[in-house]
Amino acid sequence: MLTASYLLLGLAIILAWPAPVVLSHARWTSRSPFTALLLWQAIALAGGLSMIGAFLVWGLEPLGDDLLSALHGFWGVLTGRPGATQLTVIHVFALSTALLIGGHLVFTLLLTAYKVTRQRARHRRLLALLSGPSPSIPGAVVVEHQAPVAYCLPGFSGSLTVLSRGLLDSLDAEGLRGVIAHEHAHLDQRHDLLVLAFESWHQALPWLPTSRLARLAVQELIEMLADDAALGQVSREDLLRSLIAVSAGMGVTDGSGDAAAAAVLGSPDRGREATSPLAPASGPGHAAAVPGGELSSLRLRRLLSPAPELPVAGRATVMGTSVLLIVVPTLALVAPGLLV
Amino acid sequence: MATLGDLERSVMDLLWDSAVAQTANDLRDKLAQVTGSDGKELAVTTVLTVLARLEKKQLVTRARDTRPHRYLAVTSREEHTVELMNEAMGNVMDREAVLARFIGGISPEELASLRRILDDGASA
Repeated sequence: MLTASYLLLGLAIILAWPAPVVLSHARWTSRSPFTALLLWQAIALAGGLSMIGAFLVWGLEPLGDDLLSALHGFWGVLTGRPGATQLTVIHVFALSTALLIGGHLVFTLLLTAYKVTRQRARHRRLLALLSGPSPSIPGAVVVEHQAPVAYCLPGFSGSLTVLSRGLLDSLDAEGLRGVIAHEHAHLDQRHDLLVLAFESWHQALPWLPTSRLARLAVQELIEMLADDAALGQVSREDLLRSLIAVSAGMGVTDGSGDAAAAAVLGSPDRGREATSPLAPASGPGHAAAVPGGELSSLRLRRLLSPAPELPVAGRATVMGTSVLLIVVPTLALVAPGLLV
Repeated sequence: MATLGDLERSVMDLLWDSAVAQTANDLRDKLAQVTGSDGKELAVTTVLTVLARLEKKQLVTRARDTRPHRYLAVTSREEHTVELMNEAMGNVMDREAVLARFIGGISPEELASLRRILDDGASA
């Protein structure tokens, strides 16, 4: 039991700091955002589990050789069974810490879910007054405003895709199709639940490197997944054109303007290959010559210079690691005899 | 048949567009003009129901000094639109989890860089 608690503590520390720092600098994540998301979830789950588990197992150590017998002994302490092993103050302290962390995490999750639901409801009420259903796009509403914006509002009672008049005016049919496919992917794949979980993880432990890095990484990875869904329907050029069009709504002006961007990307019927700044779709190419190499946004880099998907062996390694991350702390908690 | 939600929106549109406070009767007549006279006649009681709902949501206020009561929008359409667009454009802090924006995760600076890169690609 004691060895198991130290194992859990070690794992908790690794998952709280070095592991997320390394993963957040990894470049392969943009080549397989799905497995990267799995790994981040495993890190968060295993991190929470081993953090709570370390204190729990350490506190219960005098009461039994595994979790079940120890909990049975703990019940004896609680009910005041005569002859039951008594806990020292420091063991009670460890158990209380485990209980506090667990309670804090659950409470923060509920509180975050409540806040987000309330803010969504408020936004929905505003939309109900200021938007009308789109005649051409089912499930989408249009806000009469000249700034180009596109987003989706997830919800358990029907989700909404919201487009502004400015967006509809600045995009052609293909560009619009890309935006819609992107937003629908967010809704279909329930990215809102992932974002909510990592948002509350961050709210609960804001000083922990893992919670901050994980939240940022998850936000970027779900955008990549949604981009991939959109790329199933439109070309990279169209998707980039849409991003540029929407960026105009953020007050980003550097003189180039929409016309310049459109000229760069070329109209669909003109010889795009000759002037396109985009890298060919195959092979990563030379690092220095890769367009977008200086960008820190992995999402933009992979759109400008797509790298091939992570090989099966690589993806299998990541998935195997994710499974191990969950299995090891669970075993250390429930059946420490199997590990040590 | 228009739903209550549609009616709420139409009533708010009328109140936002009119400079003076409106009675339920005024609103009913204007709604009939907008929707046309075909179909079921809109009852004043329905308009009053809608107004009561909007009052509960603190979107309209009632001037009680005259009979019948006159109704007025609490805040302008522009103020509501600013609030909506600020959230939609990510200008509100701590709202990342509320909605998923198309340009999520990319800073304005990066988008400016993207434009420059695409620009250079064209001139090269």
